[in-house]
Amino acid sequence: MQQNAPSSEPIVSLHNVQKSFGALRVLDGVSFAVARGEVLALIGRSGSGKSTALRCIDRFEKVDGGQIVVCGHRVDRPDVNLRALRQDVGIVFQSYNLFPHLTIEQNITLAPCAVKGMATSQAKDLARKVLAQVGLDEKLHAYPEQLSGGQQQRAAIARSLAMQPKVMLFDEVTSALDPELTGEVLKVIEQLAADGMTMVMVTHEMGFAKGIADRIVFMHRGKVHETGPASILTSPTTPELTQFVGTGNLKS
Amino acid sequence: MGGHLNINHLMFLGQGALWTIGLSLIALIGGGIVGFVIALARISPLKSVRLASAIYVQLIQGTPLLVILFLGYFGIAAIGLKVSPLVAAGASLTLYVAAYLGEIWRGCIQSVPKPQWEAAEGLALSRTQRMVKVILPQAIRIATPPTVGFMVQIIKNTSLASVVGFVELMRSGQIVNNSLFEPFAIYAIIAVTYFAMCYPLSLFSQRLERRMGRGRSNLAPA
Repeated sequence: MQQNAPSSEPIVSLHNVQKSFGALRVLDGVSFAVARGEVLALIGRSGSGKSTALRCIDRFEKVDGGQIVVCGHRVDRPDVNLRALRQDVGIVFQSYNLFPHLTIEQNITLAPCAVKGMATSQAKDLARKVLAQVGLDEKLHAYPEQLSGGQQQRAAIARSLAMQPKVMLFDEVTSALDPELTGEVLKVIEQLAADGMTMVMVTHEMGFAKGIADRIVFMHRGKVHETGPASILTSPTTPELTQFVGTGNLKS
Repeated sequence: MGGHLNINHLMFLGQGALWTIGLSLIALIGGGIVGFVIALARISPLKSVRLASAIYVQLIQGTPLLVILFLGYFGIAAIGLKVSPLVAAGASLTLYVAAYLGEIWRGCIQSVPKPQWEAAEGLALSRTQRMVKVILPQAIRIATPPTVGFMVQIIKNTSLASVVGFVELMRSGQIVNNSLFEPFAIYAIIAVTYFAMCYPLSLFSQRLERRMGRGRSNLAPA
């Protein structure tokens, strides 16, 4: 490991991560790393452990064994500083989870003001900026339920961006959207990737993963079954990935 | 003794009605404050706090209010503390209401969808910030109709305070009846008065519930 080249240090690294829900072993020795600026797509069938792996990164699940390091935080340790970790990591969920009692602007300014102690006027400028980034500048004063699903998800991405995270996690962010609305969310994520944001995404959009991901991690039965550049989706080496991409998952 | 129902009797009943409202407010405010603490304790991350508050709720909910009132007045007096009927009734009702409101409000807090907690956690908000800025504003809207509905129960239950000699509406009716011996007329007046206090609250609660049911748009302040 080179001490003088911090950029080569991975931002996220999982090493031999174990996680069980009761008797069910969900993660069975999962290891992968994400470098700065890299986009990693976690793919696999439902129940393969990909969402659990993602949630472990932000410690929404506690691991049973193994090591997770995220932006220098030892996430696997019980004494990890969760608030510091979550200032470095942004997460966007399948169900958007905007706060329904707050306007879009209040949704976005809440955490910068409450957590970082940012002045309200400064936070409002920031809200305008991140909303412009996702193409929603005119929705500043709308309530979440007045927005379409795609707009809500873009607002959720903007809310996460306002905390200026070092890495963003996307947990099936388009799974609740119809195809028409999926496109507008994917475009925002593409732009983030182009801007150099480090991202880990769980996705079922194989065409999208192929287009945007620097690296694919295919999970199968709680293990990393196959990993490599996006090209593994077109020329998989394991029969499981061949079957997975062959079952109509590879659209575009 | 005897005679007919006159304006003085009615004024005495009116005074009793005011004390019923007063005692209801004491029970609501006292029970609300203690109940809020109970609700938070019931979902505390500390197991001992959760357990203690759960025991409190079970004990109170498993005891008739009449017994609590007797304990609070005659029981306390028997161990040497002299309390006025107002203090005994106010304290007993506070303890009683707190157990119920605590449980109602705990349910409302927990009915805010779990992903809302997670989203707030993901934004690095502290537990207190999550509660105050994200969960409670949503829980309060859910809690309003059942809380208003429960106020009807509080008003009716204050009638039990008559047994410790607290002169609220029910007790003042008994006193008037003792001199007039017109139980049907007097208790009918009492019943109508209770109804007049409770029915508007019931209506209000129902209306709130209907408004909530019409979708989340009404959750948002205009």
